[in-house]
Amino acid sequence: MSLLADLFTVAAVTLGLVFFVAGTVGIIRFPDSLSRLHALTKADNLGLGFIVLGLLPQCAGVFDALKLLFIWLLVQFAGATGAQLVARVLRREERP
Amino acid sequence: MTETAFFDTLLVVTMIGLAIWMIVVRDVFAAIIGFMAFGLLLSLVWLRIEAPDVGLTEIAVGGGATGVMLLRARGLASAGDAMNAVPSVPFRVLVGVLAGAVALFLGALVVFPPAVAPTLAPLAAEHLASTGVGNPITAVLMAYRAFDTFLETVVVLLALIGVWSLTPDGAWGARPRVASADVPAPLLLLAQWLVPLGIVIGIYITWVGADEPGGKFQGATILAAMWMLVMMAGLRSAPALSSRRLRIALVVGPAIFIAIGVSGFHFAGAFLAYPDGLAKPLILAIEAGLLISIAAMLGMLLAGPPLEGDRP
Repeated sequence: MSLLADLFTVAAVTLGLVFFVAGTVGIIRFPDSLSRLHALTKADNLGLGFIVLGLLPQCAGVFDALKLLFIWLLVQFAGATGAQLVARVLRREERP
Repeated sequence: MTETAFFDTLLVVTMIGLAIWMIVVRDVFAAIIGFMAFGLLLSLVWLRIEAPDVGLTEIAVGGGATGVMLLRARGLASAGDAMNAVPSVPFRVLVGVLAGAVALFLGALVVFPPAVAPTLAPLAAEHLASTGVGNPITAVLMAYRAFDTFLETVVVLLALIGVWSLTPDGAWGARPRVASADVPAPLLLLAQWLVPLGIVIGIYITWVGADEPGGKFQGATILAAMWMLVMMAGLRSAPALSSRRLRIALVVGPAIFIAIGVSGFHFAGAFLAYPDGLAKPLILAIEAGLLISIAAMLGMLLAGPPLEGDRP
């Protein structure tokens, strides 16, 4: 059982890291700010999401697991708002 | 080379690179963002040397609050030409020499460490039970070195007085302006939903500080951030500088600290000494008061002074 849990953790965290790497490459390589924003939010949402998912079986108790999920939700919320605000500024600069 | 050594090396090299970039980069905005990223990396270093309390403080105060304060200062200063002013050459040389001397000294300490590292850690651990708190960091801050902690909070109050003294004549006592003319809808949503959660988290971080990593400085920074969010979204305007409630909130923590400290002369024989068995409740009372005061100080520091044209 614990071997299965460890395998799940390794697989999910690795998948999360793939999203972070892809997001980082996107931020460096994408030509315009809106695309870069898109890449960044994917790393935030899916990357962190898979890492949290992978860490869930390693939690000592239900409370720890809930804290991890809560952190993910907060990052989602803050990330989405930040992206909206940046996009708003970009749009305003585009059409003065 | 083990994996952790590889990670540590990568972390340190990245930080040194980022530090150099911050100095070299011309754009002030980019330098501030670099500074905030530096704070995040530095908190990872604190975690690596197993000092999560310091790591939390670094992320909250060093990277977060200081970074936002610098951004606010940049926003206020860019109206004038203060940002374009270049310091004189002798001044820059002096700063370089002093910073270089500190770096050399610290580097020498790392390369040639003293044979026996001076430490009070065993002594601190031995007397932990008498303070009633389980977190040795909190015991050091609130019991062994309470006077230092007291001065740290007063320093923040002095910084706030410094910021307030920038208020132009005629605007003294007015409310600092924080909200923009039209508040973006997503920001409003964030302020309405996140703030109740954030208040709970801020109080939780302070509460667990007695036994786990956390404490009033970290908790107060979260509360101040929530307050800032409310002010930025225009849900509540910043309090007037002349507000009596604000002033009471600012001094309640230091006042409780002084009161308990002075009563220590009578009950325990020394300034800031706690009577036997009462250490834990007294520490909690001081922490609660300081939480309110530090949150108010940081929030008003972020709000900045009222500007030209503001009327009380």
